[in-house]
Amino acid sequence: MTAISDFIDSSATDNVKKAIAAAKENESIHALLSLTEERALERATLVDKGEITGRLAGVPFVAKDNFMTLGGTTTAASHFLEQFEAPLQATVIERLEAEGAICIGKTNLDAFAHGGSTENSAFGPTLNSADPTRVAGGSSGGSAVATALGIVPFAIGTDTGGSIRQPASFNGVVGVKPTYGTVSRYGVVAMASSTDTIGCFATTAHDAELVMDIMAGRDDRDMTTLPDFFAPAEAPTALKVGVIKEFMTDDVDAGVRQQVATYVESLKAAGHIVEEVSMSMLKYALAMYYIIVPAEISSNLSRYDGVRYGRRAEAGNLSELYGKSRDEGFMAENKRRIMIGSYVLSSGYFDAYYLQAQKARTLLINEFNELFKTYDVLVGPVAPTPAFKLGENTADPVKMYLADIMTVPASLAGLPAISVPAGTTDEGLPVGVQLIGQRRDDAKLLALAASQEEAA
Amino acid sequence: MTKYEMTIGIECHVQLATVTKLFSPADNDARSKDPNSVVHPIDYGLPGMLPILNRQAVTLAVRAGKALNAKIANTSRFDRKHYFYPDLPNGYQITQMYYPTILAGLVEAPMEDGATVKVRIHHAHIESDAGKLSHYGDYSLVDLNRAGTPLIEIVSEPDMHSPQEAKAYAAELHKLMTYAGVTFGDLYHGNMRFDVNISVAPEGSTELGKRAEIKNLNSFRSVERAAEYEFKRQVALLEKGERVVQETRGWDDATGKTTSQRSKEDAQDYRYMPDPDIPPVILADEEIAAIQAEVPELPPYYREKWANLGLDKSVIDSILAHQSYAVLLATIQDQAGDDKMKRVAHWFASGVSTDEETAEVASNFVPEGFIELADMVDKNELSSTAAKEVFNELLNSDKTPREIAEARNLLQVSDEGAIAAIVDEVLADPASAKAVEDIKAGNDKAIGFLVGQIMKKSQGKANPALAQKLIRERL
Repeated sequence: MTAISDFIDSSATDNVKKAIAAAKENESIHALLSLTEERALERATLVDKGEITGRLAGVPFVAKDNFMTLGGTTTAASHFLEQFEAPLQATVIERLEAEGAICIGKTNLDAFAHGGSTENSAFGPTLNSADPTRVAGGSSGGSAVATALGIVPFAIGTDTGGSIRQPASFNGVVGVKPTYGTVSRYGVVAMASSTDTIGCFATTAHDAELVMDIMAGRDDRDMTTLPDFFAPAEAPTALKVGVIKEFMTDDVDAGVRQQVATYVESLKAAGHIVEEVSMSMLKYALAMYYIIVPAEISSNLSRYDGVRYGRRAEAGNLSELYGKSRDEGFMAENKRRIMIGSYVLSSGYFDAYYLQAQKARTLLINEFNELFKTYDVLVGPVAPTPAFKLGENTADPVKMYLADIMTVPASLAGLPAISVPAGTTDEGLPVGVQLIGQRRDDAKLLALAASQEEAA
Repeated sequence: MTKYEMTIGIECHVQLATVTKLFSPADNDARSKDPNSVVHPIDYGLPGMLPILNRQAVTLAVRAGKALNAKIANTSRFDRKHYFYPDLPNGYQITQMYYPTILAGLVEAPMEDGATVKVRIHHAHIESDAGKLSHYGDYSLVDLNRAGTPLIEIVSEPDMHSPQEAKAYAAELHKLMTYAGVTFGDLYHGNMRFDVNISVAPEGSTELGKRAEIKNLNSFRSVERAAEYEFKRQVALLEKGERVVQETRGWDDATGKTTSQRSKEDAQDYRYMPDPDIPPVILADEEIAAIQAEVPELPPYYREKWANLGLDKSVIDSILAHQSYAVLLATIQDQAGDDKMKRVAHWFASGVSTDEETAEVASNFVPEGFIELADMVDKNELSSTAAKEVFNELLNSDKTPREIAEARNLLQVSDEGAIAAIVDEVLADPASAKAVEDIKAGNDKAIGFLVGQIMKKSQGKANPALAQKLIRERL
């Protein structure tokens, strides 16, 4: 693995070439869908000439392929957008480029970010960085693996229900899902608008903090962005930490529990006060999530109709154009979520499903708020298991959804949550610990993670 | 024979006069623009694009609320209405299904017969317009210029019961919305479009009949005609023992008929959902009051102001047809009093065309010239015929009315000596002999002939009252 500091003060062109070579060397892992070599080298030249300066001058990175970028395609790992070349760049890409960072390629994901293993990519799965027979996690699997393999020191991704945290956990890197509204969603292919967040992968909490500091902040092109609040924080002392009881039951993989417990011990050792907490609403979170999120997905995917861009099937009439274009453009999981979403929004079911789920979501938020009156940080695993085998869950969508059980609560509540490497299981599989904070406590979580890294 | 009664409710789409579209920075004026030339990626539904609410649209909605005597919601929200059609790039329209900005209100529309129809407003919501399709043989073309244009949809209660009431309501809405500055109100370009819901039931029935919705009417007259036609059509069905189908119908202005477009059975499920990309619109009472304080006087204010002047309804209507006339006349009234205002009002009612061009010019009028003109008539310096001539030039001129009257040689002669000379000349004329004798014989009517001769000789400038007085003195 590499850190951002490894790329500062060296030739940007060399950095880019090195990263591209590493990407090509690891092609069989399939972390990247495309390289933006030409544009990356042009940008590198500008940095080397001193025309672009900044805190990430000459540092290469990769972006999940649902970020709109210039110099190549933005596919969302779907057949629908297989040939789609964006006419503009996402706000976060602009902000990173303004600081001299250079995007060298686009990473694999579950098509339209629907999934938790990157197996739903239209172009084939990404393999786990520690064990190529296992999944990368997802949906930002490519970004997590590219970081873990040291191709780049950081990568960006999106987290709607765990899509950064879970692959970070499966590959042993830091993954940040910020407070909802911290980072602009402009130019990012939407999944579920009310829980979509933009975050990053890095090999250290410090690097992640730097990247978040650059990406965060109000954007006039996204009305849901919060006023600027993100600022790097001091190492916190004597925090009250709550370990979520419901996430540490016997149903959770013993190796995962062991690693999390070890991390919790290290928090105690650092002088933080650790207690067990219980949340009664957690058991409903997955049900809420798989109503609200598909509803928003079905809506957000309506624009892919074959009329203006993307996949356009041969068709004899309008309804055939819609039907065939969408059939060819979407994966089975996309279609499943469109159908669930359309169902829960349909007349007569809206109140019983969608509204009910939104009410429950408010109760969940209330419960978190109550806990954060006492606790600074909540802790638990990121996922109930380490990376599972390729194909292990693909036949059973519900089993696949269950893997999201620990990440969706923070998403529904809009809370910042990060995945921090916490060693490996006996089989050598990475395990992440999840730190969840109150809204806008993003920097506090990263500062805590950084101080624990230093202590270790 | 059963007597039937109709019940009408109207949904009116009003295009807001904003600079940019409802959720994008694209130009909101698509008139005479090339197809797809005022389309931002947001309107185009490009992936990754997010709606940015145009605050001017909200401001105009708050103004509309005042014109509708409606409450404004302190918190309102936007929702998505889903359906697939090539003129709808996102696959959903952004509207306000659950929490509209404009709440219940009331419109009192004056009828041609002098009565007033009171129409309650259920609510009015802000929404974005769709684009336009043109169909050619085996293909269709999409123009997204209008996609994302801000509208408010004003939903009335079913409070109208005749085609005339429907027309009066539509016409009054148009006045209210244009006076309040909410819309340009250009009906030809579809700035206001009316959907008329009409049902028919036996008179006195407590239950309403099945309703048909006549979509997309763009003139007051077509609202009236469509309601007339629908009433007859539905009554004929009921008389034959058939049922009225709940459906959407189109109106053909040329044939004067409505035709079925789609029935309720094919009604779509729009799968409404709160739009998570747009935070709620929060309007504090103070903010609402500040916006509404900017709304100029509305037609009901002028009607009340002019109610007891003895002006014909037709005179008031032709003035109210243009806000700039109403403002001008009210100013004249305030500065120079009721009588002068009435004089000018009559000139405007009879002498001014009501086309758009004149109305544009009218916004530049200043009251002083009209007041002076009225004053000259009061002082017998101009005949009423001459005054009209001056008025017509005054509309398009920078000159004072006196300058115009002088240049046209229209000032009345009230100098007794000058008129006396003409009187003597006329009386001496043999052609007047018969009239003189008639007058002497007590036939007073003949005096009109003599005055006429004097007016002729003076080229219309003699003060006729003075001339008459001088004739009497001499006979």
